[in-house]
Amino acid sequence: MTDDIKKFGTLSRRGFLKASMAGAAAAAAPTILIKNAHAFVNEPKGGNVMFGFNVPQTGAYADEGADELRAYRLAVKHLNGEGDGGLMTTMKPLSLKGNGVLGKKVAFTTGDTQTKSDAARASAKRMIEKDGAIMITGGSSSGVAVAVQSLCQEAGVIFMAGLTHSNDTTGKDKRKHGFRHFFNTEMTGAALGPVLEKEFGKDRVAYHLTADYTWGWSQEESIKKYTEALGWKTKAAVRTPLGAGDFSQYITPVLNSGADVLVLNHYGKDMVNSLTQAVQFGLRDKVVNGKQFQIVVPLFSRLMAQGAGDNIKGIFGSTNWNWSLEDEGSKAFVKSFGAEYGAPPSQAAHTCYVQALLYANACEMAGTFNPCGVIEALEGFKFDGMGNGPTEYRAEDHQCFKDVLVVRGNENPSSQFDLLKVVQIVPRAQVEYPASMLGGELGSCNA
Amino acid sequence: MEALLLQVLNGLDKGGAYALIALGLTLVFGTLGVVNFAHGAIFMLGAFVTVSVQNVLTISMRVKDESITFFDAYKETPYLEVWWGDVGRAIIDYAVPISILVAIPVMLLIGLAMERGLVRHFYKREHADQILVTFGLAIVLQEIVKANFGANPIPVPAPELVAGSADVGAMFGLHGVVYPWWRLLYLLFSALIIGAVFAFLHFTTFGMVVRAGMHDRETVGLLGINIERRFTIVFGIAAVVAGLAGVMYTPILPPDYHMGMDFLVLSFVVVVVGGMGSLPGAVAAGFLLGILQSFASMNEVKTILPGIDQIIIYLVAVVILLVRPRGLMGKD
Repeated sequence: MTDDIKKFGTLSRRGFLKASMAGAAAAAAPTILIKNAHAFVNEPKGGNVMFGFNVPQTGAYADEGADELRAYRLAVKHLNGEGDGGLMTTMKPLSLKGNGVLGKKVAFTTGDTQTKSDAARASAKRMIEKDGAIMITGGSSSGVAVAVQSLCQEAGVIFMAGLTHSNDTTGKDKRKHGFRHFFNTEMTGAALGPVLEKEFGKDRVAYHLTADYTWGWSQEESIKKYTEALGWKTKAAVRTPLGAGDFSQYITPVLNSGADVLVLNHYGKDMVNSLTQAVQFGLRDKVVNGKQFQIVVPLFSRLMAQGAGDNIKGIFGSTNWNWSLEDEGSKAFVKSFGAEYGAPPSQAAHTCYVQALLYANACEMAGTFNPCGVIEALEGFKFDGMGNGPTEYRAEDHQCFKDVLVVRGNENPSSQFDLLKVVQIVPRAQVEYPASMLGGELGSCNA
Repeated sequence: MEALLLQVLNGLDKGGAYALIALGLTLVFGTLGVVNFAHGAIFMLGAFVTVSVQNVLTISMRVKDESITFFDAYKETPYLEVWWGDVGRAIIDYAVPISILVAIPVMLLIGLAMERGLVRHFYKREHADQILVTFGLAIVLQEIVKANFGANPIPVPAPELVAGSADVGAMFGLHGVVYPWWRLLYLLFSALIIGAVFAFLHFTTFGMVVRAGMHDRETVGLLGINIERRFTIVFGIAAVVAGLAGVMYTPILPPDYHMGMDFLVLSFVVVVVGGMGSLPGAVAAGFLLGILQSFASMNEVKTILPGIDQIIIYLVAVVILLVRPRGLMGKD
C-alpha cells in the first residue's frame, strides 16, 4: 500500500509535470501546426472572416504598398455592401451579394513586408497564427511573393499575390495555394518586343541594369530573349543591389560602352532613382552608333512615373492596367477609388483590389472557405468586367491570362495623373505560353 | 581613358560624401573620445532640413482640377507662385541653396542639444555604453522623422540652372565625358567644407586650443582653459558638417528616414581605414574608398571578381585592420 502510494505519488508528480509541459507546449504551439483540430486553418466561427493584407509599408516599394492598402480597404468596404460597389457592379459572372462573404462580414489585419522576404514571412505568419487570417494577399516584390506563397502553402491558407512580375511566382515556384492576377516578365517581353522593333529598329545594342533578385533576373532574361530574337545585341547585363539608392557607379560605365539602349530592370524607388540619375548623366541626349540613345523601363507604373517626373516622357514600358482605360470596369473602379482617395488607382492597387474580390467570389462559388474548395473554384475561372477584358485563371499554373498594355511616358499630359499613354493593347493570344514552359509543380491542396 | 575619367569623377563625388560624414565622426572621437553612432542620423536630419524648407516654400492652395471628370481631384499651387509668379517659382527652385543657410544654425543647435542633453553623460563610460546610447538615439531620431515625413523617399530637385550635365571631357580633350553639374558642385562643396574645417582648426586660436586638447586634454585643462566647452562646440561643428553634407545630398538621392544608417556603416569603415581620430586620415580614406568602390563597379573588374563592388570597402577595412590596425594615418 505504502509502495502504491509512493508510486502513485511519484507518478502523480511526474505525470503532473509531464501534463503541464504538454499543455504548455500545446498552448504555445502555433495554430499553424495544429490545424487538424479544425476542419481547416482559421475556419471562421463568428460573424466575421479575417483577410490578411501583407503589403510593403516601408522600403523600396512603399509607394505601391500604400496604394495597395487603399485598394484593399475599398475592397472590404464594397464586399461588406458599403460604398458604390466598385467592380462588383461590372464583374461577370458574379456570385457576391454585397453582404460580406458567405454571410460573414469581412474584417482585416495588415502587415508590413518591408520588401524583405523574411519580414514578409514573419508578418504573414503573425496574421495567420495570431490574427486568424484565412487568406493572405498583397506584396510588391516577387522575392516576397515567392516566400509568402510557400509559407501559405505550408500553413494551408490561400495566397492571392499582389504585384509580383517574376516568371517564377507561377513558374518554378508555383504552389497550389497561390494565385496571381498580375502579368509576368514573359508576357512583358512578348508584348514589348514588337513595339521596340517598330520604334527603334532591329540593329540595337542594349545594356541592362538589373535589380539583383528573382524579379530582376526574370525580367532581364525575358527582355534579352525577345530583343535578341529581333537582332539586338546585349552589351552587358549588370546586377545592382535592391535599394542601392545611388546608381551612379553603374551608370557611368554605360556612357562609353557602345550601347545605344539602356534597359532598366528596376522597379519602384530603384527605378525612380536609376532613371533620374541616367537622365542626369545625359544618356537621353547622347547619339551612339548614329542613333539616338534610348531608355526602356519594361515594367512601368503611374506611381513610378510620378516619382520620376519629366524623366519618363517618351519612355516605353509595359503595365498590367492603367486608369485611363475606357472599359466599364476600369471606369467604375477609377470613379470609386478616386471618390474615396482623390487620386486614381495604380496598377498595384488595381491588381490587389481584383484579387480580394476574386477570392471572395470564389468562396461564394464554392460555398465554403475551405481552401481546397476555393482553389477548385478559382482554377480555370473565366471572368470579365474587371478592367483587363476577358480573363482566365489558368488551372495548370494559377496565372491569369489577359491582354497586356504597352505604354509610353506621356509627352503632353492632359492632367496631373495622365502620365502614361497606352500605345498598344496586346491581345492575350500574343502573350500566352504553354504552362509547362516555366517549369515547377503546383503540388496538392493542403487543408 | 574616358571610362577611367568617369569612374575617377564618380569615386571623388562619392568620396566627398563619405569624407564629409567621416570628418565629423572622427572629429568627435578625437576630441570627446565618443564613438557617435548617431552621426548618420545627423546627416539624415540635415537632409530633412531641406525637405522641411521645401515643404514650407511650397505651402499650397488647393484648386479643383477640372481636367479630371471621374471624381473630384485637386491641384496644389504654391502660394509663392500665386503671389509672386516667376520670382516665387525661382525661390522654390532654389530650395536646396536656401536650406544650406537654414541648416547651419539648426544643425548647430541640434548638435549642442545632443551633446549637452545626452552624450556628455557618457564621456567617462565604456565605448560599448556610448555606442548603445548613440545607436538608440539614432533609432529614436529615425522614428521621429518617419512619423512626421513618412517612410517614402521625398524628391528634392536641384536648381534648374545646375540640373543638367557638364562636358567635363572637353577640358581634357576627351570626347563624350559628361557629368552632372550637381555632383560636380557636391565635390567642390565637400572640398570647401573640408578646407574650412582644417583652416578653422589650424589658423584660429580656438582651433589651436582644440588640437592641443586632442593631444593632451589634461595639460590644456591645467592651463585654465575650459576645454570641455570647446569640445561641446566641436560637437556642434561636426553636426553642422554632417548636416550640410545631408542638405547637399538631397538632389542626388531623395531622402528617406533610413538614409543615415546606410551611410553610417560606410563612414565608420572610412574612419577605421583612415585612423580613428585622424582628420586627414578620414578625408583621405573617404576619397580612396569612394574611388575604389567606383572602379570595383566597372564591368571589366566585375567580370573577373563578381560581386566585388558590394564588398570592396569592407575588404579594404579587413586588410587595413590586419596589416595596419591604427589605420592609414592613425597614431599608435
